[in-house]
Amino acid sequence: MASQLQSSRINRRWRWFANHMATVLAVGATIAVIAPLVAIFLDLVYKGASSLNWNFFTKTPAPVGEMGGGMLNAIVGSAVLLGVASAMGVPVGIAAGIYLSEFGRGTKLSNLVRFTADVLNGVPSIVMGISVYALIVAPEKTFSAFAGGVALGIMMIPTVARTTEEMLLMVPHPIREAALGLGVPNWRSVLSITLKTALPGVITGCMLAFARVAGETAPLLFTAFGNPFVSTALNQPIEALPLQIYVYALSPYDEWHRLAWAGSLVLIVLIVVSVALVRLVTTRGVLKGAS
Amino acid sequence: MSVGGTQHSPVRRFLQSRGSSSWADRSFRWLMVSCALSIFAIVALIATELVTQSELTLRQFGWKFFVGSAWNPVSGKFGALPFIYGTLVSSLLSLVLAVPLAVGVAVFLTEMCPKALRGILSFLTELLAAIPSVVYGLWAIFVLVPLLQHYVDPVLIRLLGWTGLFVAPDFGLGLFAAGVILAIMILPIISSLTREVMSAVPHTQREAVLALGATRWEMIRMGVLRNARIGIVGSIILGLGRALGETMAVAMVIGSSPTITKSLLAPAYSMAAVIANEFAEAVSDLHRTALIEIGLALFLVTIVVNILARLLVWAVTRGTPARTA
Repeated sequence: MASQLQSSRINRRWRWFANHMATVLAVGATIAVIAPLVAIFLDLVYKGASSLNWNFFTKTPAPVGEMGGGMLNAIVGSAVLLGVASAMGVPVGIAAGIYLSEFGRGTKLSNLVRFTADVLNGVPSIVMGISVYALIVAPEKTFSAFAGGVALGIMMIPTVARTTEEMLLMVPHPIREAALGLGVPNWRSVLSITLKTALPGVITGCMLAFARVAGETAPLLFTAFGNPFVSTALNQPIEALPLQIYVYALSPYDEWHRLAWAGSLVLIVLIVVSVALVRLVTTRGVLKGAS
Repeated sequence: MSVGGTQHSPVRRFLQSRGSSSWADRSFRWLMVSCALSIFAIVALIATELVTQSELTLRQFGWKFFVGSAWNPVSGKFGALPFIYGTLVSSLLSLVLAVPLAVGVAVFLTEMCPKALRGILSFLTELLAAIPSVVYGLWAIFVLVPLLQHYVDPVLIRLLGWTGLFVAPDFGLGLFAAGVILAIMILPIISSLTREVMSAVPHTQREAVLALGATRWEMIRMGVLRNARIGIVGSIILGLGRALGETMAVAMVIGSSPTITKSLLAPAYSMAAVIANEFAEAVSDLHRTALIEIGLALFLVTIVVNILARLLVWAVTRGTPARTA
């Protein structure tokens, strides 16, 4: 009897201990995850901000050994590449999202499309790079901005499609029925009622996809290839910010390392702003105001 | 083929089918459908391009390509084993490091965290997922690798040197550094999906376990983790898929040496990294097609891994409303 009592006391103490241990471990894990994030941001701001100046945005790279120089070629190149990518990825992605939410809801085909989009999202970006190389660069025998833009555009489609679908699903049904009841044709109701209501969400979804591909390097290695001069021609090789960061990070020159940090800071600011916007729209309920 | 949804009301069907707008509606619908179908076309195109382009190597080496360990582009010897080894070891290492932390974070955020803190913390983990690979690589080269080399690796060599996994010489760059940076990169993916799966467990389960007198940890273990375990495995596999295909950060810290060594501190190579480094300067057609075949293998493996993971996650979250932040 006594030993039973004792064992139950030990048992209770153990349970108390395990409970608190679990709490401590979970808090510790969270801190361990947040720590590298904070470290990365502090390093970026500390090392990047000091070399962000007017030259960074207005000059092309200086020859090795000379101070100064900037990343104008990479900034212009990234803008061109992202323009091509958006022109391709955004309309196709939004249209696929409209299909998933408005026409195909519940059908087998739409489940399959959703599944394939998820799979496409998981395809390694380097594989996207060699596929586009084989499709566009090899037949044309030249690296080009167009090929880089196509690679990035393909990578935008799944993200845009899925967020568009999610946002359109939030639009209440009576709104659609009211539009149809007034005699508005279905295509008009989808475009100017449903899509318009969900527009803030759809736009931020596009921004998220945009920010994600803005930092992609691997698909550009053998499509856009890089170019030390400012270029906007679609059939010529072109520089991009992440490509330049990659090359500079692996170079032995301090001056180039400095520029790599500055370029990374620019990329990160772009990305943080769009992630924060997405969050604002999806959690604060900009959509709720519209309904 | 019926593409339209089935649950539209008769009134709506009537309104949609009448009048002059019916042809416009029909063409609009087909435009949307064709855009959706283009996603299939893209995946199919990628697959066929990879297969046709790697035909040369497929014919020349056959299955031996994946078990050969010699990689010498100049003499025309191509075996992919060192890259497969490097990819597998660095990915598994990253899982070992990331999974306990990710599950811990998910438990903290869904079950313990005060509501005010939850928003900020989940936003921060989302940011971690959005940082570009090349920025991770830059940070790893200049901050993480020196840190590991000076403070962590000597301790590992002293404590775990007897296993043969951590032995000098230590160059800083190598499998261990790649595993650590990969762990940081896949953590947010695993933890956000685990969180999703855990919040899909019905509240009645938690209440039932608590009503039996369980402590909070026992409630989490028996009521939540046990019910969500299939989904958690799914999210871990999804993280594995991401780690297998990760390119830039790994290419920058893995050391780029096509050798198979037992020591995790030795430089190695991964499948994605060798494509990134050698493709643009491939010395021969055979070299290029060999790299494309590595890409094909990577493509197939990640597709299988992704499908498996999605099925597992769907099995748990199916029937619950779409993700709530």
